[in-house]
Amino acid sequence: MEMQKPTLDGATNREFLRSVFHSMLRARILENKLSSLYKAGKIVGGVYLGRGQEAVSATLGTSLVQGRDVFAPLIRDQAGRTAFGEPLIDCTRTYLGSAQGPMRGRDGNIHRGRPDLGVPAMISHLGSQVSLVAGMLFAKRIKGTLDGTVGATCIGDGASSTGAFHEGLNLAAVEKLPMVVVIANNQFAYSTPNQRQFACADLVEKARGYGIGGLAVDGTDLLACASVITEAVRRARQGGGPQLVVAHLLRLSGHGEHDDASYVPDEIRKGHYGRDCLEVAMRQLVEHHHATVDEIYAWQDEVAEEVQRAVAQAQQEPGPDPYREVWSALSHTFSHPTAQ
Amino acid sequence: MSVTYIDAIREAQATLLREDPRVFLYGQDIGRFGGAFKATKGLLEEFPGRVFDSPISEDAMIGLAVGSAIEGLRPIVEMQFADFSSVAFNQIVNQAATHYYRTGIPVPITVRLPSGGTAGSGPFHSQSMEGIYAQYPGLIVLTPASVSDAYHMLIDAVAFDDPVIYCEHKFLYRWLKAESINGDRLPIGQARIVRTGKHATVVAYSAMVHEAVRAADSLLKDGWEIEVVDLRSVKPLDIDTVLASVARTGRLLAVGEAFPWGGVTAEVVSRVADEGFHLLDAPPLRHNSRDTPVPYHPKLWAAHRPTPESICQSLRKLLTF
Repeated sequence: MEMQKPTLDGATNREFLRSVFHSMLRARILENKLSSLYKAGKIVGGVYLGRGQEAVSATLGTSLVQGRDVFAPLIRDQAGRTAFGEPLIDCTRTYLGSAQGPMRGRDGNIHRGRPDLGVPAMISHLGSQVSLVAGMLFAKRIKGTLDGTVGATCIGDGASSTGAFHEGLNLAAVEKLPMVVVIANNQFAYSTPNQRQFACADLVEKARGYGIGGLAVDGTDLLACASVITEAVRRARQGGGPQLVVAHLLRLSGHGEHDDASYVPDEIRKGHYGRDCLEVAMRQLVEHHHATVDEIYAWQDEVAEEVQRAVAQAQQEPGPDPYREVWSALSHTFSHPTAQ
Repeated sequence: MSVTYIDAIREAQATLLREDPRVFLYGQDIGRFGGAFKATKGLLEEFPGRVFDSPISEDAMIGLAVGSAIEGLRPIVEMQFADFSSVAFNQIVNQAATHYYRTGIPVPITVRLPSGGTAGSGPFHSQSMEGIYAQYPGLIVLTPASVSDAYHMLIDAVAFDDPVIYCEHKFLYRWLKAESINGDRLPIGQARIVRTGKHATVVAYSAMVHEAVRAADSLLKDGWEIEVVDLRSVKPLDIDTVLASVARTGRLLAVGEAFPWGGVTAEVVSRVADEGFHLLDAPPLRHNSRDTPVPYHPKLWAAHRPTPESICQSLRKLLTF
């Protein structure tokens, strides 16, 4: 297991980092808006934010190519979704219940997906997406289209305790699938701290047990994420089998917006991982001359307008009509008259 | 030359692999070993690269199947025993069953569940799970009772774009034989009247169809003519055929091997009470297993499940009301 130091530099990396940062920014500004809408009572159901996880998530999303790769996000992956290519309107339509969203009001918030575009729609049962992504890659292998493809999913420290995580990762390892599983260890699964969740020193140790690659990274450090996560994706893409990446960070919000996270002790909030990855990333971009402060402020203004438009559009759109809803969970219609 | 129920299941899988490049088989010990019951014997050799041994990971097996189906393939997953599908319950009812409704993208997976009791199998190799899966929206649940249905309904299962739970009865595997796999083929969603009668209707499915027929045979000597309806699929449930039969006989007994609380027999009785109360000359009855885990010892097991004798007892009660 290695803790890699950032080594990226040069022109290619400049574009990569600017792109990652831009997705981080879009996610943060969008999610700030979602939080306001929730607090104003405009969103029905929960709001789950990725604040503090943007560097990890956006780096992963940027490392993948939509149309070829699979990205199975979990609840704190707005930045990764954006980086992978999900339009903001998919998010606002789902949160605001527009019938034109990808889930058409049938599912909400972060449960959205477009499986046909390589973005499975997560279910709430943690760890379940690991084997599903493995299955998508397994199918591509059978079809002969696997070469150069990577499937990735993010989960949290809590999900690493599930049987589904174990079964899925073990299966992916047995099949040597090109898969990257990123554990965002944000130190709390809802309110449960790491010491009540697992007993190993670092979750990355589990990689050895599965016989797969394992890398650890400081998830608050964009340059470190860019170095380590792209390396994991590269290894998987080049036939190195599944890769486990454990990113250390702190969730900078509650589990959901209903949760004030008062269980997080002050010393953790004030510690190293309590720093805001977006501020760190901005500083890194400016220090390395990848972007100027003025440029970043201009991006902020652009993104804020983009978010307003996406919210306004979704708010204008009608919700689903229960009288026109097709109340069938099957795609098949049985011809026998009353069979149901 | 006769064909057994399990031959039909193997043949259906061979046909599917031969005719549909999207089909592959996935399950524990199903490759070179040919499966715990030999339902896939020789298929790895005949179709290399299409039959895969899985780790003992029922949850991940279904997760993999759903992912493959999203990618356009048609996996058939063999659970070694229906009982073990409880480990995959989450992936079946939450991932597979909700997928089409949520995303608009159907996931055509077929999950084969070797179901039901055999002598000595005990609590964890004998269960009947059909009622549990039928309770969830988004699943088709098939319970073939004949050699021909075992073959054709598995072919039909894979043709559906939706997830199918295919409950095959272990007792029937080698006990049930037919001259050929080509019986009268009915569409999924249509029940079959396997024996006509005028005094009472027994609704059954899977192995219980044969127990009900034997019960009907033995009542014939007393002059009772019992109609037996094989549901074939428990979801969809062909209540029309059941109601038409009850209209002729006026009496209903629903027989199932599953545990007695709720389930398929309760659904049948409640729908008949709802839609055909006026047709009934006696209170409709249900006959299921006892409300304990399935016991190991053959003597206990025989007294736990419905048998021709116990079905006769229920029928006599129904007929003399």
